[in-house]
Amino acid sequence: MDIEDPSFWRAGAISTTLVMLVVLAFLSIDSMRVISVGGANVPQYDVINHQIGYTYNWSRRADVPVIGGPEPLFGKTVTAAEATALMRTGKLVIQSRACMDCHTIFGNGAYYGPDLTKSWLDPAWQQIWMPMTGKATREDAMVEFLMHPDKYPTWTRAMPNLQLTQDEARATVAYLKWLSSVDTNGFPANFGQSGKQP
Amino acid sequence: MYRSQKLSLRYYTAAVALFGVMIVFGLLSALYYLYPSLLFNVFNFNMSKILHIDTLVIWLLMGFLGAVYWYLPKELGREVEGMWLAELMFWVFCAAVVVVAAVFVFVQYGAANEFSMWFINQGRKYVEAPRWAAIGIVVVMLVFAYNVIATCIKARKMTGIMWVLVLDLIPLLAVYLDAFPAVTNMSVDLYWWWWLVHMWVESTWEVLIGCVMALVLMDVMGTSRRIVETWLYIEVMLVLGAGILGLGHHYFWIGTPQYWLSIGGFFSALEPLPLLGMVVHAIYDAGTHRMKTNNQPAFWWITAEAFGNFIGAGIWGFMMTLPQINLFSHGTQWTVSHGHFAFYGAYVCGVIAVLYVAKQQVSGADVLGGRAWKWGFGLLNFGMVGMVMGLLLAGMAQAFYGRAMGGSTLMAFTTASENPWFVSGMYARMLFGVVFAAGYVVLVYDLLTSPRRVPALQAQPEPA
Repeated sequence: MDIEDPSFWRAGAISTTLVMLVVLAFLSIDSMRVISVGGANVPQYDVINHQIGYTYNWSRRADVPVIGGPEPLFGKTVTAAEATALMRTGKLVIQSRACMDCHTIFGNGAYYGPDLTKSWLDPAWQQIWMPMTGKATREDAMVEFLMHPDKYPTWTRAMPNLQLTQDEARATVAYLKWLSSVDTNGFPANFGQSGKQP
Repeated sequence: MYRSQKLSLRYYTAAVALFGVMIVFGLLSALYYLYPSLLFNVFNFNMSKILHIDTLVIWLLMGFLGAVYWYLPKELGREVEGMWLAELMFWVFCAAVVVVAAVFVFVQYGAANEFSMWFINQGRKYVEAPRWAAIGIVVVMLVFAYNVIATCIKARKMTGIMWVLVLDLIPLLAVYLDAFPAVTNMSVDLYWWWWLVHMWVESTWEVLIGCVMALVLMDVMGTSRRIVETWLYIEVMLVLGAGILGLGHHYFWIGTPQYWLSIGGFFSALEPLPLLGMVVHAIYDAGTHRMKTNNQPAFWWITAEAFGNFIGAGIWGFMMTLPQINLFSHGTQWTVSHGHFAFYGAYVCGVIAVLYVAKQQVSGADVLGGRAWKWGFGLLNFGMVGMVMGLLLAGMAQAFYGRAMGGSTLMAFTTASENPWFVSGMYARMLFGVVFAAGYVVLVYDLLTSPRRVPALQAQPEPA
């Protein structure tokens, strides 16, 4: 073995790369099983028919989503097919309006606006936007805000009007509700409970 | 000069022009943080950000293509095969960039449908370009791959560096295919999106710039092929050995299984190693040559690349990558600090080095020196370090006040963004951004100015 011989390191480069690629392939197969819709960490889209919470789990030492009883979005229980269609439109809204070039989802994107991972659960909807928009429910306030964000600024960095139709806004709200049900290993920590947890 | 080297000069020209566009939109993006009502509802932050980061990717890619087209005939001793196709693709590439930029400026976004994905904006960070343009990039890269492989076959010659380059083209092309889908499930979408972003930036691009730097070192410093190829293999082994599973540090919080916390944390911790190896390599070479070279700017930019890559990508990345810290640092300006430093250190410095290699040959100067390049070097480095520190300050304020203490709600985000540490960090970023822009102006001036005639140094033969 001559470590000054390039062929020794060439063999090392090839074998290391191949081993790592094989390990990554196995991990990816397992990860797809977990993160596919209906997998262990990602609920079915019709979870939007239920109440969704986010509480600290002592055994996992992390915040985890908790799926509760019925809480239909916009007061209407949707079928699995309707939920899937809503999610498709919601995701296309997020892409077509380049939402993630201002916001983050699961912490990925841009950092000009707040993270949207658990935005469905943000107390600001009840505390600020429901009174501001005059709407009786969180989802109606969200739709009104998304359609006319420039009318309801809360601080200097306001959200621009991206010309969402009502259907697009409702689909986006549905998508944000579903997003909040994804188990993200505790990210973001302490959401809405500033400093209460160890 | 070979025909492919003339094409290389065109790629360098386009790359430097887009470097300037990137800086303009970087400064504009920084201004929004200080003046949030700027161009509100006319040209919003997200469009400025898209143009900033997409031109970053494109100008670096053009710089890499230029560097390979420059060195390919020298390495293989013959003209590049299929040059007419390569020249055609250059104009196709430029036309596509102009059309996409015009759409981003004047149309910006469309309705939530497939038409928008195909023709306006895909809205996925770094790959916002509509699908037709993404297909164009695939075609350009396929032609590039054809040029490289066909030239190797015609020349009946394969060096170690060329083997690494050819094999690197496979993942470079394969992962880019993820620029097209619009998967509804965000967890799955981000899982594959990270294959594209991480495998390009932290794996295949690192290997590509490693090949380019190996060729530059032989050219500028006269380093022996045996040494650069040995280092290149070591670098590939460590970059891919740590980087492939280092992908796991992007899988902490997207819905993926918990084991990624351990795997990602462990392999991310190893990722600085190959970059440290490059620093050792650079110091070794500089010492061997007693810091003497006939191309001072290229030499110093290579050195900056080695240190910048290690500190910006390695140290800055490690600082925020362990899951216990990343839980709070993730998605803050801390990430932006790391991103700026890493892209600059790993790639920008390397591409500037090859620009100076080309300048020396084009101008016919035996020695490249003078004063202007030192000002460009100083201002660009000083500006970047200043921006990185300002962003780090702002990001730490967000991590502590917005995430750890505030709990990441809208109010927590707002409170952290109004924190004096955050605000002063944003002002510092703007100020040093202007310094960086001044460095760019001096760099362009120096690249376009004829060098003074100075006698060449005596070549220092090196034992093989």
